[in-house]
Amino acid sequence: MFDWRWDFTFEILPRLIMATGNTLLAAVLGYGIAVVLGLVFALAQRTPYRALTFVVREAVEFIRSTPLVLQIFFVFYVGPQFGLRLSPWTAGMIAIGLHYASYLSEVYRGGLDSVPKGQWEAATSLNLSTRRTYFRVVIPQALPPSLAGMGNYLVGIFKDTPMLSVIGVAELMHTATAIGSETYRYLEPYTLVGLIFLAISLPTAAGIRVFERWVRRKLGLS
Amino acid sequence: MSYFEFLGQYGDRILSGTLVTMLLTVLATVLAVAIALAAGLMRMSKNGLVSGTATVYIEIFRGTSLLVQLYWIFFVLPLFGITLEKFTAGFVAVGMNLGAYGAELVRGAILSVPRGQWEAALALNMSPARRMRRVILPQALLIMLPSWGNLLIELLKGTALVALIAVADLMFQVKQINGTTFLSAQTFGTALIIYYVIARFMITPFMRWLERFMQRMVGRA
Repeated sequence: MFDWRWDFTFEILPRLIMATGNTLLAAVLGYGIAVVLGLVFALAQRTPYRALTFVVREAVEFIRSTPLVLQIFFVFYVGPQFGLRLSPWTAGMIAIGLHYASYLSEVYRGGLDSVPKGQWEAATSLNLSTRRTYFRVVIPQALPPSLAGMGNYLVGIFKDTPMLSVIGVAELMHTATAIGSETYRYLEPYTLVGLIFLAISLPTAAGIRVFERWVRRKLGLS
Repeated sequence: MSYFEFLGQYGDRILSGTLVTMLLTVLATVLAVAIALAAGLMRMSKNGLVSGTATVYIEIFRGTSLLVQLYWIFFVLPLFGITLEKFTAGFVAVGMNLGAYGAELVRGAILSVPRGQWEAALALNMSPARRMRRVILPQALLIMLPSWGNLLIELLKGTALVALIAVADLMFQVKQINGTTFLSAQTFGTALIIYYVIARFMITPFMRWLERFMQRMVGRA
């Protein structure tokens, strides 16, 4: 039975659009954490300390091969067991930030590995400190090859934010479910959520491709 | 309660959940591979309607969240007269979602089979279907297998979401146990380790083996 109700659609649309704001906020915050923490993970695997490299490497593998939704539950519920209460937002941002940091660290790792050895030797012969070598020579060159992967994961993190609804973060999916259980109508809310996701993720993905080409042209890489 | 007492008491529920997760993973993989092949080949069709259908499918499933798709299939499809049992809805959603990602892998791999192979097949007067099946696909398979390894781990992780429509998989079981015992570190921690073991010590080695097997099959060992 197909009965799409337009009056109902327009009634719930403002609520869903408000919730979209929360979804975007969660994606941007989570991505911010992931971008920084991912770099830390990637650099930690390049230190001379074998033990540190090993631990970080295994941790990244572990986080990458287990479900995000389970990690969200873990972070949210394990804290209180040891007397540490986290709000749904805090727990959600930690979980999603850590998860994507481990993905991004792999992207950075690929980028860092693609910097030619000669660049390191040149930096050494110019007597640059390790810090300066990384921040002035290596990372700027490692960034462009990483951009495609970084862009994919920006869209990826956005699409994974509905999982935050399981611990009660009032994002899009959570709001749609709430509307569904108030009105017993699921057709419009869930369909609208799908359309909102499409309306944001498709242009973003296209925009990222344009941006990536622009950066490569600016840096004279293609 | 010590961890061993915990395992003794809830071990069988965790085990049954693990088996359901594995079954879901296998079924969703079969579906995803079939869809990926179909959608990937359709997308390369010269017929605009065929390739357009595949493109719309791929963009919709890659552009929205798995959770949204799962809820839509489970809560909204019945309104159209298609009621899927929750277990079926679960693996269909996961399979269709990962199938869309797989379709792009299939397309990319087929396009990267060297041109000479296509020309050689043409010169041998093979029909298009035969050329695809005997020459192009086996080589494309070899190219895309490493990426499928990653995709299957994503698929395994995706199956955890079906717990949200009450399919009794590993995620669901530990959530239930946590609800009665509040031993969150033990329950969720155990589940994390089991998912990791499945991904790292079952899926990854299996895919490595499959890669070597396929290399032998096409004579590149």
